Amino acid sequence: MVMGTVTTGRKLRWGLVDILVLVFALVPVLWVVSLSFKTKDTITDGSFIPQSWTWQNYADIFETSEFIRALVNSIGIALISTVIAVVLGTMAAYAIARLDFPGKQLLVGLSLLIAMFPQVSLVTPLFNIERNLNLFDTWPGLILPYITFALPLSIYTLSAFFREIPWELEKAAKMDGATPAQAFRRVIAPLAAPGVFTTAILVFIFCWNDFLFAISLTSTTASRTVPAALSFFTGSSQFEDPTGQVCAAAVVITIPIILFVLFFQRRIVAGLTSGAVKG
Amino acid sequence: MAEIVLDKVSKKYPDGALAVSEVDITIGDGEFIILVGPSGCGKSTTLNMVAGLEDISSGELRIDGKRVNEKAPKDRDIAMVFQSYALYPHMSVRENMAFPLRLAKVDDKTVLAKVEEAAKILDLTPHLDRKPANLSGGQRQRVAMGRAIVRSPKAFLMDEPLSNLDAKLRGQMRTSVSKIQKQLGTTTLYVTHDQTEAMTLGDRVVVLRAGYVQQIGSPQFLYDNPANLFVAGFIGSPSMNFVPATLENGELRSALGTTPLSDRVRRLAEAADAPREIIMGIRPENFEDVALVDPAQRPGGATFTAHIDVLESMGSEKFAHFTVEGEVATAAELAELAADSGSADVPGAESQIVARLSAASSAAENADLEVWYDADKIKLFDPTNGKNLTYTE
Repeated sequence: MVMGTVTTGRKLRWGLVDILVLVFALVPVLWVVSLSFKTKDTITDGSFIPQSWTWQNYADIFETSEFIRALVNSIGIALISTVIAVVLGTMAAYAIARLDFPGKQLLVGLSLLIAMFPQVSLVTPLFNIERNLNLFDTWPGLILPYITFALPLSIYTLSAFFREIPWELEKAAKMDGATPAQAFRRVIAPLAAPGVFTTAILVFIFCWNDFLFAISLTSTTASRTVPAALSFFTGSSQFEDPTGQVCAAAVVITIPIILFVLFFQRRIVAGLTSGAVKG
Repeated sequence: MAEIVLDKVSKKYPDGALAVSEVDITIGDGEFIILVGPSGCGKSTTLNMVAGLEDISSGELRIDGKRVNEKAPKDRDIAMVFQSYALYPHMSVRENMAFPLRLAKVDDKTVLAKVEEAAKILDLTPHLDRKPANLSGGQRQRVAMGRAIVRSPKAFLMDEPLSNLDAKLRGQMRTSVSKIQKQLGTTTLYVTHDQTEAMTLGDRVVVLRAGYVQQIGSPQFLYDNPANLFVAGFIGSPSMNFVPATLENGELRSALGTTPLSDRVRRLAEAADAPREIIMGIRPENFEDVALVDPAQRPGGATFTAHIDVLESMGSEKFAHFTVEGEVATAAELAELAADSGSADVPGAESQIVARLSAASSAAENADLEVWYDADKIKLFDPTNGKNLTYTE
């Protein structure tokens, strides 16, 4: 029974810590959700649970084309950037994990350098470059920098996954008559799928959440993404506070991320490679 | 079905290490050849060069008379079974076995028929829809075999395919590998470092040491007529006993007593111009409890008294381990063998002699026993270069 009490004590301690972390992480989120359901008069009442519930804030943001347009931009730009960054990252990571080529260390080092580079310092040059190249305030104008900064992330994550795949599988595929491209497509890529999906989620979240580039490299609704568009929300008059609408929009843009994660989470099955080799 | 010829094939790594050196092997159509040797002897490298997974530094590899050095693995039409099986974990057993055919763009009906057929041979029919992760070691091994046989390649290459199985299963799979090979009649190159597999499976055995071919021949021939100390020590389990000896006036003096050489051995030794100091090799089965030897046979050998340290009774026979006094046979080959088998780490292992006695022997542990050995079965080796001085074709 001594063991039992120790376990109960431990469970209790860990339970408390868990709850503390959950509260710390979730209270602001729930607060935003709560605010989004409050009516304009009660928004400053300070109570956690809205006194009077309303869908008005949600109805308001979907009333104008501004928010819907931003949502389309966000989804389009984030998805395109994710696809390109993951495809390029997969190929680069495979080369890094498998091949020995001159300049490999340099490539790895450079990509790490990009990841460490403060983005703020690049905003002004990028702004000027994009204006000269007519990329300013266009989808490619955001997609390009997103890919640049997402690539190191995807290369690093994916090469870790590729290193886990037994090399003998590739040799076996070659012996079975596969070209290197076939071996990659039919054996290695399916096994790397969990890694690819994990990377896709991380890259998507990075692109979806970006505010710095979105606010600096856009000027109209042509390419303004939701995080940037939120900052342009105003009430119907300048004396009106748009807090409720901003909160409603924040809740709306969180939903795609949650869906994205839930959808891919099923595919991130650990131990997919078990059974390939002995053991 | 094909003949594979390795013509002075060598492998030199960029750092200058010579892994395989001028290997000459001609593998006849349908022949089962075993490459055997201690770890690091270059046997897997040789196999990978035949497969096309490693480049050949020099020499020529011909399959069916055609040079294939530059061909990619997929163009050589060779199947390989890996030590780790290398099954594709995301495919069912059926798709694993069908994979080579799918790549060859064979139509679906033929693919399924061929897979069914191979599954029947290998007893895998009930498991066709399972994933490799849910199979036992033996089943995975059979799937790996199935993937190799399903497309009827020119040759099979097997890289220690049984070494991950437990002892009992290994014995069973050994028999079935041999049966399948005979049934299909496909040229096979098989790498192992288990010398039981080498003895039982192959038509011919190639013994490699540090990248050099030591001897090629049928298992029995290698056992009876090893070309040198290395082959003598490697082939056979328990392995041959080596004792330093002096050759003088047609007599062999060693820690195992003094024995006159038989006429046959003397003639061979003289022809080979044997030095005075030599290493004498004697197989465990050439010893016998003196009480059980026919008195008429006794003069053909020597008798000595051994103090038995350990006696292993196997039921059908007894293995007596004893230590001999005096010097220990030393040669580079023996040191290498000891290092590979791990006996270099066991103190006193070098001077241990193993004798296989009849089960009727009254030998007992920690007791003295009169042991006789057949002088005609002795092998004499030159300690400087390891050559067998009593070698006959």
